[in-house]
Amino acid sequence: MSAATTARPAQQSADVPVRKADARLHRGVGRWFVLALAGLFALGMLAPFVIMAMNAFKSAADYSQNGPLSLPTEIYTTGLVNFWTRTNFPVKLFNSILISGLVAVFGTLLSLVTAYAIGIGRIKGRVWIVAVFLIANMLPQEAIIYPLFTMANAVGLSNSQWSVIIIFTVIQSAFGIYLLSSVMGTFPVELLEAAALDGAGRFRILWSVVYPILRPTLGVLMVFFFIWTWNEFFIPLVMLTSNDTQTVPIALASLQGDRMMDAPTTNAGALVSLLPALVFFLIFQRTLTRGVTAGSVK
Amino acid sequence: MASTQLSATRRRRATWVPYLPYLIPGVIAFVLVIGYPLVMNIYYSLFKWKGGLAPMRWYGLGNYADLMADEAFWTSFRNSISMVVAMVIVPALVGLVLAAVLFDYLGRRFGPKVASVLRATYYLPQILPVAVAGVVWNWILNAQDGAVNVLLTNLGVADPPDWLGSPQLAMPSVMLVLIWVQIGYPVVIFMAALQRVDPELYEAAELDGAGWWARLRAITLPQIKPETFVVALTCTVAALKVFAPVYVLTRGGPEGTTLVPSYYSFLNFFDKSKVGYGAAIATVLTIVIIVVAGVILRFQGRAERREQEGR
Repeated sequence: MSAATTARPAQQSADVPVRKADARLHRGVGRWFVLALAGLFALGMLAPFVIMAMNAFKSAADYSQNGPLSLPTEIYTTGLVNFWTRTNFPVKLFNSILISGLVAVFGTLLSLVTAYAIGIGRIKGRVWIVAVFLIANMLPQEAIIYPLFTMANAVGLSNSQWSVIIIFTVIQSAFGIYLLSSVMGTFPVELLEAAALDGAGRFRILWSVVYPILRPTLGVLMVFFFIWTWNEFFIPLVMLTSNDTQTVPIALASLQGDRMMDAPTTNAGALVSLLPALVFFLIFQRTLTRGVTAGSVK
Repeated sequence: MASTQLSATRRRRATWVPYLPYLIPGVIAFVLVIGYPLVMNIYYSLFKWKGGLAPMRWYGLGNYADLMADEAFWTSFRNSISMVVAMVIVPALVGLVLAAVLFDYLGRRFGPKVASVLRATYYLPQILPVAVAGVVWNWILNAQDGAVNVLLTNLGVADPPDWLGSPQLAMPSVMLVLIWVQIGYPVVIFMAALQRVDPELYEAAELDGAGWWARLRAITLPQIKPETFVVALTCTVAALKVFAPVYVLTRGGPEGTTLVPSYYSFLNFFDKSKVGYGAAIATVLTIVIIVVAGVILRFQGRAERREQEGR
C-alpha cells in the first residue's frame, strides 16, 4: 500500500518513457488471465469457509437428503442451537475472552518492563538474555507441560483459567521482549537525557517518555497476543479439564466424534468458533498487517 | 592508568545496575514458568514413572536408549520432514510467486485495492484457530459424507478414497490442509518485503529489457533475503512443533502414518501414562529444534556478513 503511494509522485515527475510504460501496463489480455488465476486461487482458499457456511444452517434431514454440496432449502438454526447449548457456549466464549484479554494486557506489560531494562538500561549480558528469551519462545510446549501440570496441581491452580493465563503471559512476552528491546535499543538518547536532566526518575521516564512513544507498537503486540492466545490449543487442552473452564477451540475439538454431532452441528459450531477471531481480525486488520511486518525486518 | 580504567568501568556499571529491578519480574516469571519446568522435564526423562503419585523408578538414560529402538519414534521424526515440506518449503515458494504477482504484476495493473483484497483472502486461514480449521477439514475430507467425496461421487467416481483413513493418503491430506493454513503468512511477509525494494531498481532493469523472471531472480530474491530467513526460521520451528492439526485430523493415525513427535510425546504423557518416556521424546524434540534454529541463524549470519563484505 505504501509503495503505491510513494511510487506515484516518482511516476508523475518522470517524463515520457515511464508514462509510456505505464500506459502499456493497462493494455493486453494477459493481465486478465493472471487476475483470473489469482482469483481462482483465492476462491480455492475460500471454498472451505463457503462449504462450512452452506451447511451450518441446514436441518439434519436436509443434509442427509441433499448432501453437503447443496444450498440449504430453508434456514435452520437447529445445529447452531444444538452446539450452543451442548457446549454451554457463552461460558466458553467468556473463558476465551478472559484468558486472551488478560494475557494480552499482562504480556504486554511484562514485555515493556523487561525490555526497558534490556533496551534502555543496557543491562550487562543483554545479548545473552535476549537469546534465552528467544529460545524460550521456540521451545515445544511438550517439554514444559508435565511439570507445569504438576506445579498447577501443587498450588491449587489445577483446572483453573489462571494457570493458563500465567503460562501464556510468560510465553507470549518472550516475543514481546525480543521485539521491544530491539526497538528501545534504537531510542534517541538525547530524549532520555533531557528527561533525566529535568529530574525524572527511571520510572517516570518509562511511563511519561518511553510508553507514549511506544504506544502503537504496544497496540500491535496486544492484538498479536490476543489472537495467538485465542488460537492456542495444546496447553489449554491439557490444563483445562472441565466444561466450565475450557476455551472455544477445545470445546469444538472435544465434541468431535460425538454421536450427537451431526454435520450441521459441527459446521455451526465451527462457524461460531471462528467468528470472534474473524471480527477481531477485521477490526484490527490495519494494525495487524503493520504488526506482521514489524518483527520481520531486523 | 589502571585506576582510571577501573573508575570508568565502575561508572559504566553504575549506569545499568539501577535498571536491574525492571528485569527481575521477567526473570522470575521465566524461571518459574519455563526454566524450572524444562529442567524438571529432563529430570523426569531419567525415570520410569506412571505420573501422579505413582513411584518414580530411576532408569538413567534408558528411556533414550528405548527411543533409539522405537520404530514409532523414528516415524514421527520422518513425518516432521513432511511437515517442513508442507509448512515451510511449499508455502514459501508459492507465497513468493503469489506475493510477486500481487505486488509487481496485478498491483500495478489493477491497482493496490485488488492486490490487498487478494492478500487478505490468502491470509484468512491464518487467523482462525487451527483446531477449528482442522475440525472443518476433518468433515470435508470425511470418507462417507465429506464434501470432497460427495463431489467426486457426483462426478461419477465409483469408489472415492478415504482421505484421512488410508495409510497412503492420510499424510498427503494432512499436508494439503497445512499448506492451506500456512500459505498466507509468507504472502504477507514477502509483500511487505517487496515494498521495501527500491522501485527504481525494477524500472532500470525493465528499461534494460529484463523480463519478469529475470527481475525476480536478479532483484527480488537477493533484496528480500532477510524476510526469507525470518519465514524459514519461524515456519520450520512451527513445523517441528505442530500438534493441533494432527490431533483434530488424524490423531496420528492410521497406523501411525501421521504421527509427529509432539503428538507422540502427548500420547505417552496423558494416554499411555509413560511420563518418563514422553519427557524423553519432548527433550529430544527440544534439542532438534534448537539445533535446527541454530543452523538457520548461522546461515543468516553468514549471508549478512557476505553482503557487508560485498559492499
